[in-house]
Amino acid sequence: MGLNIVVLDPAHGGSDLGARGTEGIRESEVVLVLAAQVKRALEEQGFQVLMTRYANEDPSFDDRSARANAQRGAVFITLHIASTGLGGTARTYVMPDMPPSNDTSGLIPWDQAQAPFVGLSRKLGDMVQAQLAMRFKGSPPSALVAPVRQLRTTAAPAIAVEISSVSVQDRAELDRMIPGVAEAVAHGVVAFRPSYVVPVLPAAPPGVTP
Amino acid sequence: MAVIAGALYFPALRRQVNRAKQLTEKTAEQARRELLPPAPVTSGDPMVKARMFWGANGTDGALVPVTVELPLSKDPVLRAKEILNTLLAGPVDSEARTLPPDAALLAFYILPDGTAIADFSEALTTSIPSGIQSEQLAVDSITRTLEANVPQVQRLKILIHGQEVDTLAGHLDLKQTFQVSMKEAPAPLPSRVSAITGPIKRAIEKVEGGAKK
Repeated sequence: MGLNIVVLDPAHGGSDLGARGTEGIRESEVVLVLAAQVKRALEEQGFQVLMTRYANEDPSFDDRSARANAQRGAVFITLHIASTGLGGTARTYVMPDMPPSNDTSGLIPWDQAQAPFVGLSRKLGDMVQAQLAMRFKGSPPSALVAPVRQLRTTAAPAIAVEISSVSVQDRAELDRMIPGVAEAVAHGVVAFRPSYVVPVLPAAPPGVTP
Repeated sequence: MAVIAGALYFPALRRQVNRAKQLTEKTAEQARRELLPPAPVTSGDPMVKARMFWGANGTDGALVPVTVELPLSKDPVLRAKEILNTLLAGPVDSEARTLPPDAALLAFYILPDGTAIADFSEALTTSIPSGIQSEQLAVDSITRTLEANVPQVQRLKILIHGQEVDTLAGHLDLKQTFQVSMKEAPAPLPSRVSAITGPIKRAIEKVEGGAKK
């Protein structure tokens, strides 16, 4: 099973505006524009792209994860705009190591769905961040580790990309970053593709079908 | 250098801490949550050089330790409360603040296994700048400051208004327990949580259940 699907998650939406800048910039709106460009860049590389939302709506964390968890051969990328940080920089986040599940059913507990994928997520995160660092001076060279809620319930290699920030004086500063972020994400996923493998999960006991 | 800086701004910091204390002491919520019998507070608490982790100006998402001299109790729970109230009061330079100025610590407990429960007011989630970087910086400033000053704390569970919540401000996962220290705790702590009831008790039981798995 190869990697052929990317699930893109424009964060927030609906009544959840996400980060808000003093100049009226709303994270929930900018990430929709960003997601559309990332989608185009990924499709140009031959990936099928699914989105967790297309309009101003706010699916739950679990509904967003479910979009990825229902696929085989997929990665998940959640897109964010920060309130803080050096303007014009971008960071990729991955989950910290998660304790292995004690579940003996051979199923992955929903709450800990990311656990078997943390290593792959780190690899994907480093590859995307390397591309971002080449395009956005001042960005870290590799992925950062943070317990991001959205990633925990996602059963696929999963990363969060956050760009700085809604605090810019002019929305155009963020808009100028978008093509570079889209290109970096697409190139990072292409670089990751040969590394993609479905993790081996603990064997289910007889009579239990995962 | 940091000690000198800390000594210079200590009077201003002390005023801010006292103001924060007065604010929190006035709330009925605070009174209701003070369920543990308070350990005796003595005016003779020794002055201790405490290391507070606030934001580093001019850098991207970094923390720097600032040494301040504080009268700190030897009781780890009281000590942790004093330390966190100082952290909440913030540095003189508000740009280096990591936690919202209107957030308050409502309660603090340490379980015998070294897991601390810190219960903050809702302002911690509603007033903090939303974002992975800013939320991570806030939690890191709490865990690193506890690690530097309260060696009995091994892990930290953050509650908001007595409840376990999904995220800090839409990003950082608060269902989990944060690692504070990898070092062995100095001595087992006596259990002082038997008097706790209600939602905090249920949250603690959940944390204890998770730790036993």
